[in-house]
Amino acid sequence: MDNGCLKNDEKYQKLLEVIEANKNIRGSLIRVLHDAQEIYGYLPIEVQKVVAEGLGIPLAEVYGVVTFYAQFSTKPKGEYKVSVCLGTACYVKGSDKLLEKLQEELGIKVGDCTQDGKFSIEACRCIGACGLAPVFTINSDVYGKKIPDDVPGIIAKYKN
Amino acid sequence: MKMINLKIDGTPVTVPEGTTILEAARQAGVKIPTLCFLKDINEIGACRMCVVEIKGARALQAACVYPVSEGLEVITNSAKVRKARKITLELILSNHDRRCLECSRSQNCELQSLSRELGVNEIRFPALSDKKLLPIDSISPSVVRDPNKCVLCRRCVSVCKNVQTVGVIDTMERGYRTVVASPFGKSLAETPCVNCGQCIAVCPTGALTEKSEKKEVWNAIADPDKYVVFQTAPAVRFSIGEAFGMPIGSRPTGKMVTAIRRLGVDKVFDTDTGADLTIMEEGTELLNRIKNGGKLPLITSCSPGWIKFCEHNFPDFLDNLSSCKSPHEMFGAVIKTYYAKKMDIDPAKIFVVSVMPCTAKKFEAKRDELKNSSGYVDVDAVLTTRELASMIKEAGIDFTNLPDSDFDDPMGNATGAAVIFGATGGVMEAALRTVADILTGKELKEIDYHAVRGVEGIKTAEVEVAGKTLRVAVASGLGNARKLLNSIRSGEATYDFIEIMACPGGCVNGGGQVIQPSQVRSWVDLRALRAKATYEEDAALPIRKSHENPVIKALYSEFYGEPGSELAHHDLHTHYHKRDNY
Repeated sequence: MDNGCLKNDEKYQKLLEVIEANKNIRGSLIRVLHDAQEIYGYLPIEVQKVVAEGLGIPLAEVYGVVTFYAQFSTKPKGEYKVSVCLGTACYVKGSDKLLEKLQEELGIKVGDCTQDGKFSIEACRCIGACGLAPVFTINSDVYGKKIPDDVPGIIAKYKN
Repeated sequence: MKMINLKIDGTPVTVPEGTTILEAARQAGVKIPTLCFLKDINEIGACRMCVVEIKGARALQAACVYPVSEGLEVITNSAKVRKARKITLELILSNHDRRCLECSRSQNCELQSLSRELGVNEIRFPALSDKKLLPIDSISPSVVRDPNKCVLCRRCVSVCKNVQTVGVIDTMERGYRTVVASPFGKSLAETPCVNCGQCIAVCPTGALTEKSEKKEVWNAIADPDKYVVFQTAPAVRFSIGEAFGMPIGSRPTGKMVTAIRRLGVDKVFDTDTGADLTIMEEGTELLNRIKNGGKLPLITSCSPGWIKFCEHNFPDFLDNLSSCKSPHEMFGAVIKTYYAKKMDIDPAKIFVVSVMPCTAKKFEAKRDELKNSSGYVDVDAVLTTRELASMIKEAGIDFTNLPDSDFDDPMGNATGAAVIFGATGGVMEAALRTVADILTGKELKEIDYHAVRGVEGIKTAEVEVAGKTLRVAVASGLGNARKLLNSIRSGEATYDFIEIMACPGGCVNGGGQVIQPSQVRSWVDLRALRAKATYEEDAALPIRKSHENPVIKALYSEFYGEPGSELAHHDLHTHYHKRDNY
């Protein structure tokens, strides 16, 4: 198969295996996309093209599914994934202000990743820690009851 | 077949099992409003315009997807139903760019008709403000996509993906942000879109339209230095009347010619003459390939949608394609060389306008290979049937009351063989009429090849010609073309000659033809009605074989020498190349 712009490396071989295993199974697109995102960390056009061609599905349909589910991302994620809860409890406690400060501190918008690949920010739904509202997480670290002024200090810990 | 008895608004009806409430209601004389529904193409119950009450059911149900069952009692017209439909419509309108006066589909818009029928006199929600408008994709030379006019009915998605197997548009994002678009925010021009325009033909609103070239054409007509030549494709005459309220299947050829003349053009010629020329070149190519062991099957190249589809999806068949330019391109080249010389006109001043049932012809006319092959661009502008109708209206011409007139001499003479190019199987039949005469050396009287007529997606036949058996196949609609070519790829089937048209039913159902709303085209076969007119016109013409056309004979004796000559190759043939998908 034409690997387009993807490097013919271990990741690519793994992607081909996933496609091969799911090729003739009806409704296997979402499963393949899950695995592909697991392999590459996100789903850039090059990966989606290989999936579309491999499964014999139009790229438009693949992209339609990718953009339908919040789980899938077309942009790379950082080494540290910052997730800000915008659930009702966190929101009324001012998590939108936290999100604003985080974007300002890292110089990126929601959904984006910093140039050095270190940080990415996303907004998420309730993570079930309403008692700590407002909450944000960095990978598996949970930060509760924070105010915007706390943000620079917390981020600094991960910068080094 | 099991029959089901039910009541619709108290009227008993009996229909076959599997019928939907929507279809059963038609029998009871009840018209249920629809928006996303398009029979056989999009039956998904998405828009909720067709909701009805069913006795015993808790919620309102979508009539277009609800199958009838014994003893069902349906109420299509209650206060509850009317209110639900109206609110749904208002909500759709709340997200719609409502500048109808500036929209090319105004007065032929299903959303507009629904608003009238459902009595929407006030929309309680504000219209989209300019700020919220999404960008319009107008980069493609054929198709313009305006997401602000889209009602998310998905008819275009379905026809593109399921009928044509092209699949370059789909629904993206979710909820309020849902939009029908190409992947990764690309323009249609950057996708493997083949420009067939079937998406336009099924769009209920102005979300998908052709890229208009009316302005360029009006400017050329107004320019005293330009010698403006119009040519009209075979299928245009069998649809244009519909734009002026004539019944589907009318044959207003003479009125169309008069109307174009009254636009102020210099000459009105017939692309059919170009079609006759195509038959001479393509028939010769077929005979040569058979005689010299060339690549078979030979596949027709008249349909630019099919050509681009082949370049994207079946590059291994590029050598099978006839090298013939499509008829209007051939004809453009002839006008700017032979005709210009004969009439002593500077070819640089000639402005050739092709009126086509097709949006892909707009793309084709801009292909690099066709821009300069005879020293001049073959065709300067391409109008769809719809654009011509709109120009006739703009000029204040009373189309239905026009007297008939003939195409101009000499390039307006054509045969019945050329007329049937517009219907699927027509090019095949026209070619067989000529090839059979050449091979037998006789003027055969039996010239109706019924095996290749009709609206079926794939037709195959074995035709006896001068003791030889020709295995032929005809496919229309690109999904059918894909099926046919896959059967050849796998070695399952072998043919000598294949005709492929991108649009289902051929050019009469092209993406540039007059648009019939779902409420019409769901219940009549547009393809069959327009094709019937095609064969009637053929039967009424005195000459029905391309090689007997006196204009064609003169063209070869005065200019090209013989079919397939070096000069003919230079001016009338072209080549193709593999294209990447995205």
